[in-house]
Amino acid sequence: MNAPQKVGIGTPLSRVDGVAKVTGTAKYAAEYRVPDMLYGVTVVSAIAKGRIVTLNEEAARAVPGVIDIISHLNRPKHAWFNRSWKDELKIPGEPFKAFHDDRIQFAAQPIAVVVAKTFEAARFAATLVDVKYETEPHNIDFETSLAEKFMPGVGHRRNTYHPPKDHGDAERAFGEAPLQHAAEYHLAVEHQMQMEMHASTVHWHGDGTVTIYDKVQGSQTSKELVASAFGLGEKNVRVVNAFVGGGFGGALRPQWQLHVATMAAIHLQRSVRVVMTRSQMFSHAHRPECTYQIRLGAAADGKLVAVLGDATTSTSRFESNMEDIVTWGMMNYACSNIQGSYAIAPRDTYTSADMRAPGAATGMTLFEIAIDELAYKAGADPLAFRLLNYSDIDNMNRKPFTSKALREACHEGAERFGWAKRSPEPRSMKEGRELIGWGVATGLWEANFMKTSASAKLSADGHLEVASAASDIGTGTYTVMVQVAADTLGLLPESITARLGDSDLPTAPVEGGSWGAASTGAAVQLACQTIAKKLLKAAGGVEGRPFHDVSSIDELEFAGGYMIRRGDPTRRVGLLDAMRAGGLDVIEAQETASPGIGGMISLATKARNTHSAVFVEARVDEELDQVRITRVVIAVAAGRIINPKTARSQILGGVVMGIGMALHEETAPDKTLGKWINHSFGEYHVPAHADIEDIEVIFVDEPDPEVTPLGVKGLGEIGIVSVAAAVVNAIYHATGKRVRSLPVTVDKLLAV
Amino acid sequence: MIRFDYTRPGDIDAAIRSGTPVDAAYLAGGTNLVDLMKENVARPLKVVDINRLPLTGITELGDGGLRLGALVTNSQTAYNEQVQRRYPVVASAILAGASPQLRNAATNGGNINQRTRCYYFYDTDTPCNKRQPGQGCGAIGGFTRIHAILGASEQCIATHPSDLCVALAALEAKVQVTGPDGDREIAFAEYHRLPGDEPWADNTLRPGELVTAIDLPPKGFATNYTYLKLRDRRSYAFALVSIAVGLRLEEGKIAEARIAMGGVAHKPWRRREAEELLVEREPGHASFDEAARALLAGAVGQGANDFKIELGRRGIIRALAQAAAGTPQSQTDKRIA
Repeated sequence: MNAPQKVGIGTPLSRVDGVAKVTGTAKYAAEYRVPDMLYGVTVVSAIAKGRIVTLNEEAARAVPGVIDIISHLNRPKHAWFNRSWKDELKIPGEPFKAFHDDRIQFAAQPIAVVVAKTFEAARFAATLVDVKYETEPHNIDFETSLAEKFMPGVGHRRNTYHPPKDHGDAERAFGEAPLQHAAEYHLAVEHQMQMEMHASTVHWHGDGTVTIYDKVQGSQTSKELVASAFGLGEKNVRVVNAFVGGGFGGALRPQWQLHVATMAAIHLQRSVRVVMTRSQMFSHAHRPECTYQIRLGAAADGKLVAVLGDATTSTSRFESNMEDIVTWGMMNYACSNIQGSYAIAPRDTYTSADMRAPGAATGMTLFEIAIDELAYKAGADPLAFRLLNYSDIDNMNRKPFTSKALREACHEGAERFGWAKRSPEPRSMKEGRELIGWGVATGLWEANFMKTSASAKLSADGHLEVASAASDIGTGTYTVMVQVAADTLGLLPESITARLGDSDLPTAPVEGGSWGAASTGAAVQLACQTIAKKLLKAAGGVEGRPFHDVSSIDELEFAGGYMIRRGDPTRRVGLLDAMRAGGLDVIEAQETASPGIGGMISLATKARNTHSAVFVEARVDEELDQVRITRVVIAVAAGRIINPKTARSQILGGVVMGIGMALHEETAPDKTLGKWINHSFGEYHVPAHADIEDIEVIFVDEPDPEVTPLGVKGLGEIGIVSVAAAVVNAIYHATGKRVRSLPVTVDKLLAV
Repeated sequence: MIRFDYTRPGDIDAAIRSGTPVDAAYLAGGTNLVDLMKENVARPLKVVDINRLPLTGITELGDGGLRLGALVTNSQTAYNEQVQRRYPVVASAILAGASPQLRNAATNGGNINQRTRCYYFYDTDTPCNKRQPGQGCGAIGGFTRIHAILGASEQCIATHPSDLCVALAALEAKVQVTGPDGDREIAFAEYHRLPGDEPWADNTLRPGELVTAIDLPPKGFATNYTYLKLRDRRSYAFALVSIAVGLRLEEGKIAEARIAMGGVAHKPWRRREAEELLVEREPGHASFDEAARALLAGAVGQGANDFKIELGRRGIIRALAQAAAGTPQSQTDKRIA
């Protein structure tokens, strides 16, 4: 008798929430129907900085259906202390508090909400609110803001910030290096622009409790914020984010519509919904603008002798958002003289925020353009140059990796792409009027793991429910939870339901940092293992006691609805038979996975990272500088892959976003008005279908039992890192034109 | 969006009566007007839905031309057999724009009446003379990447966003309108206007006038033509510059030339002098470059859009080469021919 086939970790299971999503039964924050709900439409400031002098509401209040208008003048009491407004990210500074007072700190700041019986009445009335301002000088220009750049002192830094660690004498080594490259690189502001707009539907139950359907990457961070900032009390607030239409970091922090909707609900003691407009989506989170000076020195043989990086990113005047920019290049390459500095520059905008691979998507990408430039100076093949300077350890922290299959990724990617057929000289490949270029870059991201809890409940009808307050921002968390549970208990995915996106469920962090699959997966596995132990105990009552000599579930295989003695498949007990024998109607368990469990080694001794090698073919019209990205091969080393299908989708999405970063995405400031001016999907460009051609994803074999309990490293971010560098490098190889400022738009190519 | 009255008249006379007051607006496909109403930029108090009017046919004209009904959708026009065969530059220009969903809803009359995509026009928290006369122009001195390099004024540097109109300008189409004072025909070159001191007026329609049809003249330049659109992504972006070309070749020489540009001015940009430079010349880089420079003569950038002058010059040369070679730009293959 053979063990039944398992459908678990490693199988390309289609998304378990796929049908709900494509048939519209999956509900998003703005779609919940709540009885007697009112509609709030937010009025935002027309100026970038100053004070509200008067708010004339007369005409707006006269509109039939309008119930009330809430602003700083009549808002319900909210917490005074900044600590009551801190979300899970704990960005240092003074968090933005909607309607706090008459101060305007950024353009399109929410200043009032018109609440009406219908959305249409509220929208119309909102246009009639007449606001008079007293303006103050403002600055949104990054270049100008650099005069005020600073480094927050210890204790005033983001807790995720890693200061660069210098080694050797980089200045001297650079000065003496026979091969030198020094240049300044720049990344424009990008907005996360998830498909789903930020929305909060507050269900006011009337008994002191509220349920809030919120667009956020973590239900519990919204719950805590609402409970503390508005004094509702933790036990009275439940936040649901069962489906999230994209996040990209833009919804890691609860957004201002949550403040506005909650205040309106409290003020009116009614249920209220507030949804941002697409234009208002440009009023808050965005990837910081960055300037990065890179100096690289190499010996005559091409080996790096000096790496120096100095970067500044943008933040607001009221909070200090920080990223790791200069560390990635220092970590990635073998070099004994490294030196980095970092600062932030404040301007009169909302605080910049994490956006897919925050820091690395900027810092590693720009660094990989610089490395490419040095490779050409060294007369080396750009891939060979990277392998020549390959580091088997984290070069900055001087720590070994739990695993690093980047070399394999480079080789497999190059093989698949046909890199060997590349003509080395720029502008040497052509077909018709199109110049053809092949570029490469390598990517680096963190394999994170966060403390996460999950529960599991096995019923006598054979149905298993696993649950955690994690979020699925389109990444496949539901599916991963089902697969891990199926794998652990040997059940079919059809008999398993995953629940998430509800603050009442076991504690989980916000969905970000690529930690979701590893952390939620580990918690689900632990909870299911506890169920397994209870089943083993219950199996003691089965006739014939087939497991009389089994003391641990490690001696059992779980497959096909059975517990099976390893090495003796004839000794088996059905899970439901065990429950019956043990007199159990239901088995429940709740467990918490924390860093350090199982075989995980300590953060202090080893570096834990994902790696990638990206190969890009660009075709550029030689006269018109129109760029097409015709081919991408990306080889990813990310440990164990739970689901090759959803994993591939994650990487495809990252690559598409990377192409957008390279060629399209840019939020343009109007410096006079102090606002982002192209605030619509008509003029803020992301790639269209026509911009995306062949993309091939390879997952490199990288067994890593140390990194996390499941050997999983996470894939949310690595797909975008350095894609834009490979594009820029391919454009250079095609045209001989080096553009150091992203995105590479046609005007920049024409100017070279 | 403000509150408005909505009517759906069944005949043209009733439509004109409803549409004549200054606070009225005609609604066809709605792909532009409704957006502008949502943004609170268009604030009509009376919306006159003309979708029931009998303006939906594509019919042959006595002079050998073709009449495109104002309510024929952009998709129906682009995929019409006669249009594809006799006026491929019209079909190509339509397919270079928007998305299939938008083209399915947008009408020919609506297309030529669409408004600028200037960021400032769309944002009621910024000054705009086109939206609110006398406010000033936010774009001048602001972010001008998409703005005009030709025919702009100190009041307005907006561009006309239509692709179709660039082809119609090259073909010298005629716009049929009807209104309180009866029917009239407007030459395409006279239909749109430059901003001057009255930037709020995009075109020369009089109050209440309604576009009923667009007439394509007999000459379609169906052998040597192209519509080349250069933009910030390969689809679903307005033109940075676009060029419609029609050539008639005789014994290896250019007998007649039409060149119109989009994305550079408040209206499709044409200059007879530039076209005449090509007549009796052999197709080639030298003659094309002369024509390009003549068409762009006097072009002035605003800073962020300076590149349009050089991109425009190169684009015109390429478009002329495509047309002369009989290898028009494909709107499905994104490689530039």
